Amino acid sequence: MFIKPRMRLAPDNTTFRFMNGRIAGLVVSAILSTASVILFFTPGLNLGIDFSGGIVMEVRTDGPADFQKIRGALAEEHIADQGVQRFGDASTVLIRLPTQPTEAGTQVAVSKVRTALEKSLQGAKIVRVDAVGASVSSELFRNGLLALGISLLMILAYIWFRFEWQFAVGAVVTLILDVTKAIGFLAITRIEFDLVMVAAILTILGYSTNDKVVVYDRVRENLRKYKVMPLRDLIDLSINETLNRTLGTSMTVFLASLPLALFGGASISGFAWVMLFGIVVGTSSSIFIAAPILLFLGERRLRRDTVAVEAPEPGVARQP
Amino acid sequence: MMYFSRLKAAAILGVCLLGLLVSLPNAFPAPASWVPWRTVHLGLDLKGGSYLLMEVDMKAVIKERLDSLVDAVRQALRPGAIFYQTLEAQPDQNRVVLRSRDPAKTDAAMSALLPLVQRDGPNNAPDLDIVTAADGAITLTLSPVALHARAAGAVQQSIEIVRRRIDETGVVDPQITQQGDSRIIVQLPGIEDPNRIKQLLGKTAHMTFRLVDETANAGSPPPPGVEFLPMQEGGGKIAVRKRVDVDGGDLTDARAGTNGQTGEWIVNFKFNSNGARRFADITRANVNHRFAIVLDDKVISAPTIREPITGGSGQISGGFTANSANDLAVLLRAGALPAPLTVVEERTIGPELGADSIRAGAISLLAGFLFVIAFMAFFYGLFGWFANLCLVVNLVLMLALMSLLEATLTLPGMAGILLTLGMAVDANILINERIREEQKRGRPPLAALEHGFQRAYATIFDSNAATFLSHVMLFVFGSGPVKGFAVTITIGIATSMFTAWMLTRLLVSQWYVAVRPRLLPV
Repeated sequence: MFIKPRMRLAPDNTTFRFMNGRIAGLVVSAILSTASVILFFTPGLNLGIDFSGGIVMEVRTDGPADFQKIRGALAEEHIADQGVQRFGDASTVLIRLPTQPTEAGTQVAVSKVRTALEKSLQGAKIVRVDAVGASVSSELFRNGLLALGISLLMILAYIWFRFEWQFAVGAVVTLILDVTKAIGFLAITRIEFDLVMVAAILTILGYSTNDKVVVYDRVRENLRKYKVMPLRDLIDLSINETLNRTLGTSMTVFLASLPLALFGGASISGFAWVMLFGIVVGTSSSIFIAAPILLFLGERRLRRDTVAVEAPEPGVARQP
Repeated sequence: MMYFSRLKAAAILGVCLLGLLVSLPNAFPAPASWVPWRTVHLGLDLKGGSYLLMEVDMKAVIKERLDSLVDAVRQALRPGAIFYQTLEAQPDQNRVVLRSRDPAKTDAAMSALLPLVQRDGPNNAPDLDIVTAADGAITLTLSPVALHARAAGAVQQSIEIVRRRIDETGVVDPQITQQGDSRIIVQLPGIEDPNRIKQLLGKTAHMTFRLVDETANAGSPPPPGVEFLPMQEGGGKIAVRKRVDVDGGDLTDARAGTNGQTGEWIVNFKFNSNGARRFADITRANVNHRFAIVLDDKVISAPTIREPITGGSGQISGGFTANSANDLAVLLRAGALPAPLTVVEERTIGPELGADSIRAGAISLLAGFLFVIAFMAFFYGLFGWFANLCLVVNLVLMLALMSLLEATLTLPGMAGILLTLGMAVDANILINERIREEQKRGRPPLAALEHGFQRAYATIFDSNAATFLSHVMLFVFGSGPVKGFAVTITIGIATSMFTAWMLTRLLVSQWYVAVRPRLLPV
């Protein structure tokens, strides 16, 4: 434990023929992503207040919440709610109200709920009020998509700049497949899609890119080292060589996110679950999607290109 | 690669110590106010409070400008006896349109209007474009530059007024900042129910003193220059002249008080010299006439002037309660907003929910930290412990940088720290794996270390740069708590590059010199 490593995630010198599964990997991924896109349209995402607009109030009650009573209290004041639901523990309730036609209406609605609860529920306390107007919510949504799109473009540009275009295209296509699956996951689990989820998806994007770059980096290095090895064998070799690192880093990020999913509380655990899902997807896609795409795109060209370009990468080949 | 000069080693350790020093203020309260005490701020989602996003009504700003332009046009045309068929403001097109009754006088009208153009904007650009059409219509369009300057001015002024009003309420440490072109963010720590503040900010509080037209009767349309305004209390309307005799902008002070005889709540006010003189003139000329005090197009009261008021001070009574008198005094002291403000987004979090979030975040952070440390120790032994030491330093450096920037820690930000913990050891894993490979290839320990660090470097740099880029985007386009997430992750990437590349290498090199192992325990 203190000096020698106790265990290895994968044995050294594995010789898995990952590229044998390239068709299967791509097909499974394509099916999952297509299903995710369908899920995105029906039933669609469970849009959170950030993007749908409206009012959300989190209420804490003394002891377990009596939903009948809360609904009754709201109905008595003629408040049209969009749902009263449990949030986290049994004594926390989330009340949603639709977007009000005017700003003044929003304020009125909030204070009506306040008085309704004070009247009929002793000890109930409003601990959170979120009210998002329609103009702001559409803007937040647009900015979220913009951040996502520009991130993808920047990753594309960066990898293109540092590698060759086949790598960049392989990475970005894989990332798009990863992101669609994450969206499918959100649609199935009905986890609320809000700004924090955009952050989660961008983090998955960053993590997944990170993972791809490590594999690609090794492919690039091996292309220089083994000038005659077929690309297919070379990619297999590269993945096998980096297998311990790929699994190791996934494990650490997974382990770091797990407590957040378990103890992070209702408002952040959704984020953590999406992250956990993304880590699994991102790790497997490095091996089964990004590498096969590179193989298809580069089977002939990459070999010839690299033989022609003899100049070594400055940072790598410099001797100490 | 594995050799460190004394200076370099000292510099690396110095950075770590400096980081520790800079992050210390977070653990202790400031000893004195003059000591620079920069700490990480807790976001409203953790400490509780209210976040209001307010929009300045730019349409109102433009409309007001056009209305005054219409007045100016009317006055400019009067001396030349140029009569017009229509003169109207078209706010949707940012312009005023004028149709002369006599097409022959179009040129005369043009020359009368030209002095209205002012060149006070940037690059001396004109603030108005005056164009004549073939049919004799003259349009005066506000130039985009002038519009922009006016909008920016309105937002700046609104921020100032909002700050003054909030300061009057005694909220501790409010933050008021501009967002985009027409929005203001108001952050109110510790406010659980922002209703009173929203009410205070919801009024433009433009006060005017005008004469009442006692001849007009409410049934018929108002005579020119007169309008019917509703009474604030008790309903009913009253005919008031449009001409403003004294403006609320001339007030220097306003205080709530009680009338000594009736015990009724009133607001005492004082004018500056300009206001006092005009108030004296008006009251002297209109003894026994009624005078209306108008706030935001509602008449608070319309008392009869008993005698000239020359002292420059007066009082308003109008069925006030202690609260409403106080609020009015606050509004008058702070001044009028240039345009109405509306709340377009509100997020209020109670302190107990914030405390729960801090607790949940701290537990997750601790658990995640322990998991990662156990993992690294188990799978990488001694080199894992090097990584773990670096992880601790990484946390300290993150805290230090965030303190220096006085960054805001939010709940997503805490999630960001956790993720950084997981990602930071990635660099160490890459290095360790590489060293192991090099050793297996038959290199002696020192050469394996040399090659391992060197080869891993390019990979570490590329993989982190990509992550870095995507989070910079999140910072640019994200808002509120999500920005906090992007901040912690980008800072975490930067510090982890330092710890993995510099500190780990230093530790390993010192260890190597001290132990001189024949085989590396990787």
